[in-house]
Amino acid sequence: MLLRHTAANLAERKALTINPAKTCQPIGAMYAALGVHGCLPHSHGSQGCCAYHRSTLTRHYKEPIMASTSSFTEGASVFGGQANLLQALNTIFTVYDPDIVAVHTTCLSETIGDDLAQIVRKAFDDGKIPEGKKVIHASTPSYVGSHVTGFSNMVAGIVKAFAEDTEEKVNQINVIPGWVEPPDMREIKRLLKEMRVPSVLFPDTSDVLDAPQSGTHQFYPAGGTTREELVSTGSSFMTFGLGSFASESGASELKKQCRVPYELLDLPIGIRATDRFLFRVSEMTGHQVPESISAERGRAVDIITDMQQYLAGKRVAVFGDPDQLIALTGFLVDLDMKPVHIVSGTPGKAFRKRIAGILGDESANVHNGQRADMFLLHQLIKQEPVDLLIGNTYGKYIARDEDIPFVRMGFPILDRIGHSYFPTVGYSGAMRILEKMLGAIMDREDRDAPEEQFELVM
Amino acid sequence: MIRSLAEDTILSGRERQVLTVGRDSHDIHCEAPSKAGAVSQRACVFCGSRVVLYPIADALHLIHGPVGCAAYTWDIRGALSSGPELHRLSFCTDLKEKEVIFGGMEKLEKTLNELIPRYTPKAAFVYATCIVGIIGDDVAAVCRKIEALHGIPVIPVHSEGFKGTKKDGYRAACTALERLVGSHEGAPVEKGINIMGEFNLAGEAWIITEYYRRMGINIVSVMTGDGRVDEVSRAHLAGLNLVQCSGSLTPLAQAMEERYGIPFRRVSYFGIEDTAAALYEAADFFGDSRIKRRTAELVAEEVAKVETEIAAIREEVQGKRAAIYVGGAFKAFSLIKILRRLGMEVVLAGSQTGGPDDYERLTKMCPPGTVIVDDSNPLELCRILMETGADLFIGGVKERPLACKLGIGFCDHNHERKIPLAGFIGTVNFAREVANTVNSPVWRFIRRRRL
Repeated sequence: MLLRHTAANLAERKALTINPAKTCQPIGAMYAALGVHGCLPHSHGSQGCCAYHRSTLTRHYKEPIMASTSSFTEGASVFGGQANLLQALNTIFTVYDPDIVAVHTTCLSETIGDDLAQIVRKAFDDGKIPEGKKVIHASTPSYVGSHVTGFSNMVAGIVKAFAEDTEEKVNQINVIPGWVEPPDMREIKRLLKEMRVPSVLFPDTSDVLDAPQSGTHQFYPAGGTTREELVSTGSSFMTFGLGSFASESGASELKKQCRVPYELLDLPIGIRATDRFLFRVSEMTGHQVPESISAERGRAVDIITDMQQYLAGKRVAVFGDPDQLIALTGFLVDLDMKPVHIVSGTPGKAFRKRIAGILGDESANVHNGQRADMFLLHQLIKQEPVDLLIGNTYGKYIARDEDIPFVRMGFPILDRIGHSYFPTVGYSGAMRILEKMLGAIMDREDRDAPEEQFELVM
Repeated sequence: MIRSLAEDTILSGRERQVLTVGRDSHDIHCEAPSKAGAVSQRACVFCGSRVVLYPIADALHLIHGPVGCAAYTWDIRGALSSGPELHRLSFCTDLKEKEVIFGGMEKLEKTLNELIPRYTPKAAFVYATCIVGIIGDDVAAVCRKIEALHGIPVIPVHSEGFKGTKKDGYRAACTALERLVGSHEGAPVEKGINIMGEFNLAGEAWIITEYYRRMGINIVSVMTGDGRVDEVSRAHLAGLNLVQCSGSLTPLAQAMEERYGIPFRRVSYFGIEDTAAALYEAADFFGDSRIKRRTAELVAEEVAKVETEIAAIREEVQGKRAAIYVGGAFKAFSLIKILRRLGMEVVLAGSQTGGPDDYERLTKMCPPGTVIVDDSNPLELCRILMETGADLFIGGVKERPLACKLGIGFCDHNHERKIPLAGFIGTVNFAREVANTVNSPVWRFIRRRRL
């Protein structure tokens, strides 16, 4: 067994992290920047950072990921990275010709004290940024927070760079979808369109990271929120931020900069979270939820009524990013399932508080932040076994060693397809989660049933 | 008439890093740092060290730095072990702001003290990342202290990401391995070899060692595929080092020649010719007529096993055009030979980290019209692929989706391969994979574009 070393007893660890349940900020910034049309993410650090982020995103999406790097050398690390970034901008605009460059820092450039705002200003003053082009930036030190923090910081950076305050606010809402997949962003846009709600969703990686095969490689694919749309977010009458960890800083920046009020909601994962999202959108915009969407809800609920016996009381371990886990835990509770272990590497006290609120009288092992890693999760599972494990690809070791049905959800997924194409948000997303969970649970029942109890009809 | 690349295909400033054989007379300008702002396919020093040492399965590999460097290198490539699997876990100090300000040595020490009793490894490698180099942690001092405390080798790997290229990372890994080599006493192993630069991504080391065993040659160590600390520690007892892969373990082989007088030979296990040559290299070195006879028998027997199938596959792929873009140039030499055997035409040969000698050899090997590139990027690669009308692209993880988007067959000859491509059997595996992708029915749905 690959995890043969994991012992059930929880000896306290003060320093050591084993099998992390998170990664570092810059990859989140890169992902967010890919959701802006015509934007080239730029990693201000060593070459390896950029290569690792591109490789990880490539493995997750099976798509080419374009991003440039400042290619730090020893000299840059001593004298500062300004010269590298200035040269990089020159190279980028000459060679790759993006409309926008989104620079994020790394632990290296942060520690040597590079000031992105100042360097970008200098580039502008020196005429290194061609007419009509834009360089935006976010500070994303790898030693603070997690990949989710990096996403959130870059979303705020996008707001800072583009949103323009207007006296009159228009009949349009902003939606910051959080760190979700391209099909999730597409699904939220579809729901809003069906409700005929004028909206801007950003960032938007649909049609960027799920680009169709066309016989060519589009360096800047068709998707991504456009610059005009981003500028207009400042004149929207409100913002919905979905998932506070990934979306609050962008939403609050819009409020600060452009007086656009915001409301934070959970990611619309599951029935009730989707209800809340649609209800609030309807309430704030006056647009009704159409019959077509109600019918989707009805179909999702229908599955639950049909299959409740297979869900009731199932003990589940979930791990991943806080916004997903908050919404998912709520859905599991609504399905009469029992979330018993909930682990996220991303720090933040609000997480445990929210989860406690959702669980009510039920108790569960909830851990996040430093040393809330996959090793800890494994130990928890050894102490209190579960019927189902839900999380990213890294759960497969535990699932195999402990022989637990496993549903892949989250980032990264390196060994299956589907996440780039089918949503987990909205009612149709709820149906997909149900299909996956029930498939895993019922396959297991089929596998383990003694011959006389092996059922054709379930 | 040799077609020249379109004027805008080569990015400005890279003119000397690209040439068309038979047209251009300049040497390839290489081993330079990538230009800032490039969408480079290259990685960093840490990456180089990590890939070389990673397959040592009974050692502990601790990443001293923020979480990312550990997360991105956690079990992402095959490093098959026949025993321990310790190397497949991800350990890190997960440095935070506090340590960045006050130093990370205390946390490193605590981490090692928590780790070593828990896993009782044979040795520990501690990788320094960018930030450790900046904040100035004395990693070596902590390692010495822990080594004295726990009685196992605790070896610092000076792999700060910004201190050069991936190649410098190989060097740092070799320096770390040097610490282990020679640490076990013993008598010289008769007809003993070390197989170096073989990482057992998909079982290649097992194929190769089996050949040598059948020849009557003793394997002292494989560095580092399916590697063990004790084997590496005894590597100085071998009589010959066989070094595969362009750059990765050559510095160690050179150091071992200097220190222990062990000569080394560069070999490759990709393709029929090169595999046979690698086996004969060892047989000739030891000069034993029995070994030589057995080697000849083995080669004849193994070639006979695969000949018919390779000939059949040749029928399916001959005349197709292949493009190669790999990490080290040495692999490209073997690939060119295999592709030629399959009747395919090589239209592009490039590498991330090739040296001047490598490019000279590539230029000599390739027919007029072949494009040779150093440290390329997606934009350029796509244009060259479309201009040369390639049917097949051989590369790594970041190249795969490029090929797929263009509607070109792809073969991973890097660390995401899932079947062994080494030895005689590996040649068939490779040929089969090439034929499958080049002739896949999926291409029927795609109109491939050309420039």
